[in-house]
Amino acid sequence: MSDFPLLEREMNGKPLIYLDNAATTQKPLAVLQSMEQYYRTHNANVHRGVYQIAAEATDLYEAARGKAAAFLQAKGAENIVFTRGTTDGINLVAQGYLASRLQPGDRILLTVAEHHSNLVPWQRVAKQRGAVLRFLPLRPDGTLDLDVAAREITPRTKLIAVAHISNVLGTIHPIRALADLAHAAGAAVVVDAAQSVPHMPVDVQALDCDFLAFSGHKAYGPTGIGILYGKKDLLAQTEPVQYGGEMIDSVELYDSTWKPAPWKFEAGTPPIAEAVGLGAALDFLTELGMDTVHERVQDVTRYAYEKLTQLAGVTLYGPGLNQTRGGLISFNVGSVHPHDVATVLDACGVAVRAGHHCTQPLMRWLGVHATVRASFGVYNTRDDVDVLVQGIQRVQEVFLP
Amino acid sequence: MTPNLSDLYRQVILDHSQHPRNFGSLDGAVAVALKNPACGDEVTLFLDVADGVIQRAAFEGHGCSISMASASMLTELILRRPLEEALHLNREFRRLLQTGQADDPDALGDLEVLVGVKQFPARIKCALLSWNALEQAIEGIDGTGGNPP
Repeated sequence: MSDFPLLEREMNGKPLIYLDNAATTQKPLAVLQSMEQYYRTHNANVHRGVYQIAAEATDLYEAARGKAAAFLQAKGAENIVFTRGTTDGINLVAQGYLASRLQPGDRILLTVAEHHSNLVPWQRVAKQRGAVLRFLPLRPDGTLDLDVAAREITPRTKLIAVAHISNVLGTIHPIRALADLAHAAGAAVVVDAAQSVPHMPVDVQALDCDFLAFSGHKAYGPTGIGILYGKKDLLAQTEPVQYGGEMIDSVELYDSTWKPAPWKFEAGTPPIAEAVGLGAALDFLTELGMDTVHERVQDVTRYAYEKLTQLAGVTLYGPGLNQTRGGLISFNVGSVHPHDVATVLDACGVAVRAGHHCTQPLMRWLGVHATVRASFGVYNTRDDVDVLVQGIQRVQEVFLP
Repeated sequence: MTPNLSDLYRQVILDHSQHPRNFGSLDGAVAVALKNPACGDEVTLFLDVADGVIQRAAFEGHGCSISMASASMLTELILRRPLEEALHLNREFRRLLQTGQADDPDALGDLEVLVGVKQFPARIKCALLSWNALEQAIEGIDGTGGNPP
């Protein structure tokens, strides 16, 4: 794809093969141009000015909210909170929604595979309120057993937080089925959609989740902006966690009132250019079509899985090809440390991630210290996978001669 | 410039990482455990010091070939050295990684092969993990003159 300027550069004298899309994606020209255009011609603070360009900035900012609502199939823009990213969104739900509802002994249900961003905020609120964290086990292939989940969900379970797609295993979790179980027990469901929204169609109403968070920069948009989707009544019940300008309705010396959701969550001047950039990224994905994006990433992922399986001494983690999996593959090359693998691949021009991927408990569950992860984006091709495979063969030459 | 893999992964480095020397714990020794939270590498360095001289040195842990080889070579190099000399080697090794040239290259022995790490800035912290532990261990010992009672 020629729409991504960064992908035209070299790395270590080789054409760049960027396979770290689960960490962040590269940006299409349309996103870069939208942000430059915003600063060049529309920059003003939002929601205040009466002059023309202030109204333009406000319109652009609020239009981006509408684009996010449409992209997620939400009922309306009032379901969409601008955040700094997935972590920020989950923290808002933990402190603004859950904290005041949590009684000592209440349970929060997670899986052992959660990213630290969908684990540490719940640890914090559980400690504050004397609540208990419970963890759904995974089957050996990294999938959830819904029968086990059904037994684990009790009237004391107040909230279930789960990744839509595991950022290490690639498992796509059955959100709708979990939501049905949760709602029958009166629990709310929070979805960490950081890995799903960029690469597959996501319909929040079909999933029937209560909250869903994702990051702009993993969805071909800029850093510093993300989206928290919430059901309207739940957002209304959620308290702000940041206070100040922009979020208020009226301010007295000793007391104030807030705007309605989602604006009550957006204290201070928001990241306006970033919101505009995210809107452009969602337009880019919509024009391609999310079914097309999903098919492309699926094709490259399946091809990579087949090729890596054929390499002797390479261990793959997560579901096999009999399951639909997200666009990422974690693996190890014999006993070679993942950082050494990543350094050899780096010299071959291939950017991958090596380490614990912000999932230290999952690494212990897998019985490894770290893995290598190749994660694919809309611009990756089967040719990129072939270079990855050659790089892994080079790793084996260096370390396992 | 294109970094050269064979400069980084010299045979002696692969040998030390695959067959680390002085691997294990030392009872009654000063122990400093450090981890690199960014990558998960962990090293615990054990120093047995008497009369200001390192009598025994060992390490435990897990990590990439660079961190393991560096720790393995460190324990060989500092054995039977006065603490002051170990600190001098520590400074020389850091100079080697930063500038590509130590003032006293002969003093570093096999460790000089880690000069290739200079071409891979992301990996310098791997090579320094056990050396950071050495600095902390000696700082602790300096206050007490030897192993804790």
